[in-house]
Amino acid sequence: MSVSVVVTGIGIISSIGTGFEETKQSLLNKKTGVTPVSILNTRHKDFVLGEIKRSQKELHQLAGTDSKEAWTRTALLAIIAASEAFADAALNLDHAHKTGIVSASTVGGMDKSEQYYKDFISTTEHKKYIDTHHAGNHTEKIAEKLGVNDYITTISTACSSSLNSIMFGVRLIKNGLLDRVVAGGADALSKFTLNGFNTLMILDKEHCRPFDESRRGLNLGEGAAYLVLEREDLALEQGKKIYAHVSGYANANDAHHQTASSEDGKGPCLAMKLALDKAGLQPSDIDYINVHGTGTENNDLTESIALKRLFGDQLPPLSSTKAFTGHTLGAAGVIESIFSIIALQEQKLLPNINFKNKIEATGLVPVTEVLDASIEHVLTNSFGFGGNDSSLIFSSHHKNPVK
Amino acid sequence: MKAYINGIGAVSPQNTLSNDHFLDDVATVEAHLLPVLKPDYKEFVSPKMLRRMSKIVRMSTAAAITAMKEAGIEQPDAVLTGTGMGCQADTEKFLNAILNNNEELLTPTAFIQSTHNTMGAQIAFMLQNHNYNITYVNRGFSFESALLDSLMLLNEKETAHVLLGGIDEITEESWLISTKTGVYKKEPLNNLHLLEDKQQGALAGEGAAFFMLSVDKTTASCAQITQPDTFYKPENLTVIKERITQYLTTNNLSPDDIDLILLGYNGDEEPDAVYAQLEKDLFAHNATAYFKHLSGEYDTAVSFATWLGAKILKEGTIPEILQKRKHTGTSVKNILIYNISHNMYHSLILLQEVS
Repeated sequence: MSVSVVVTGIGIISSIGTGFEETKQSLLNKKTGVTPVSILNTRHKDFVLGEIKRSQKELHQLAGTDSKEAWTRTALLAIIAASEAFADAALNLDHAHKTGIVSASTVGGMDKSEQYYKDFISTTEHKKYIDTHHAGNHTEKIAEKLGVNDYITTISTACSSSLNSIMFGVRLIKNGLLDRVVAGGADALSKFTLNGFNTLMILDKEHCRPFDESRRGLNLGEGAAYLVLEREDLALEQGKKIYAHVSGYANANDAHHQTASSEDGKGPCLAMKLALDKAGLQPSDIDYINVHGTGTENNDLTESIALKRLFGDQLPPLSSTKAFTGHTLGAAGVIESIFSIIALQEQKLLPNINFKNKIEATGLVPVTEVLDASIEHVLTNSFGFGGNDSSLIFSSHHKNPVK
Repeated sequence: MKAYINGIGAVSPQNTLSNDHFLDDVATVEAHLLPVLKPDYKEFVSPKMLRRMSKIVRMSTAAAITAMKEAGIEQPDAVLTGTGMGCQADTEKFLNAILNNNEELLTPTAFIQSTHNTMGAQIAFMLQNHNYNITYVNRGFSFESALLDSLMLLNEKETAHVLLGGIDEITEESWLISTKTGVYKKEPLNNLHLLEDKQQGALAGEGAAFFMLSVDKTTASCAQITQPDTFYKPENLTVIKERITQYLTTNNLSPDDIDLILLGYNGDEEPDAVYAQLEKDLFAHNATAYFKHLSGEYDTAVSFATWLGAKILKEGTIPEILQKRKHTGTSVKNILIYNISHNMYHSLILLQEVS
């Protein structure tokens, strides 16, 4: 299992940008994408969301897809991001190498299901959207659009979904089953999730304030993002641009409660610890942590406790970027993986915007400005309902291409 | 990659949860869908926990506990589930509440239990298990993906005992919606006459089947399971045959080595024509069997087929009710499961006797 897996392509769409460049500029310029609702058809107009300000028609134009066919917003976002990643890695599908797709989503095609659900039951109108509901629909659309079909699957572990899709992609390569994997996730905003989180009373109507004493909840967001993962030797042989090396990964379970995280942070701590072990790194080797940091009372406290348990007093600089994009659920893990790669590439710590006062109980102070730093290893966390906790480590890649 | 199946457990439309029986009294219904036979769940979980569990969580929990007990494993090193549609009932409940009440007066319970990972999460919670936990949700590939990941975990040698399950539930509403796209049959039928039914679509079903997998052979080992193959939308029958042959070759087998082919016949003309063609040419001399008259069709029905295959190898007998082309040999060593789901997801799983 000595095969290394590297990132050779990136594609992303979220409320802070369409494409890698725009996303990076928004991050480095502290420009949030969380704004009042204007696209989602909900009566809860008083929430702010990380909403992508593009209509279905505009998304079709960006995706180059036929608006007469059955497309969910989730699938359109997925196609846009996956196509960018695919082109960025200059993937050339040939029979000599096996390429797969591993995506993730929490609610799949819910955006269309909730629009047409009553018709699904009482008429045959809009029945073309019945089949777009399932969580794997967007994955199949990507597979068909890009012609990637040696392996197809979709993961759903709530808010940690797309860190698990990256992890599974890496392992498919390490186990010798595939040479390249397009891995990531997609979730569009829906009334289903907005109302769901609202009933749990963990949404903030104001801008979310991760890791701040005054935090009152999260802002939901939407997006899609994909990484192209390749076997390192193959990428080097082809002279590919290499963004980073996926050096560590782990998945653990908090086993505490379906929606709340434990008081002692056992699951999150275990995920981070095992990811470090996998990478062969010590806590002191981590130069920056992109935390899950949703801005809920519960998550940020538990995550702080878990961080302190693992890192002690030697906590590396850390920040939550959720206040930029909102919590993009099934896309959050991969979106924040891309942010972690940006930190590595730019050698800059990313800011935790909207932070003012530290949490009394734990006293953690996140980075609040874009700061220059020497960054070799970045840890990123994604935790979800069901106690699903995952952590990934991205490391700088130094080997030169083989000519 | 291969592993031993050291424990099995299934909640299905048949009396399958007690591993002491093997389809000795088959449930027949005249209905538009095949619901699971409800076991006495109190034998598996406390009344307090039971009250909080939805139907699909109860099904999966009872099946998981049964598999673990049989294998003598109290804490699996990983919990992997596959579910095509996840928690249908709670998803519908919350969605209808949103639509009926115009996004007001909602309560969180259905939403909380609507996520696809609920079954795996509840098993972790019940066992206080902090290990690897994941859920695959690509409709007809869901169980197969979880199986592949299970074998990878064992291959990586950091994991010794993996709990794997495939679960889907059917509701009246999801059945009704699926009849609109021709996935499920509209009129009631006798499940044992599935193959004679001329209506479009399959007979809807549901179930939960769990397995304890390990690289270690134990006295409880009932079968060996091999890395599955999944292929999406193959162009034609030739491609399907090539893929099957290639799968067998990879496992050092030829079609003649297969003692029993478990085919996914579901009473729908399109996939059934493919199975029938394979029975004519690629597997002209093999014993064949089918199972969806007992389980109904659902995205993870292959997990029920896997349960059947493991049980056949364990008991050394093929129940009459499954047999299509009779088995004439003296023993069953190799079983191949071939399934088509939604006319696009094709999968192959090889089960072999424990030698």
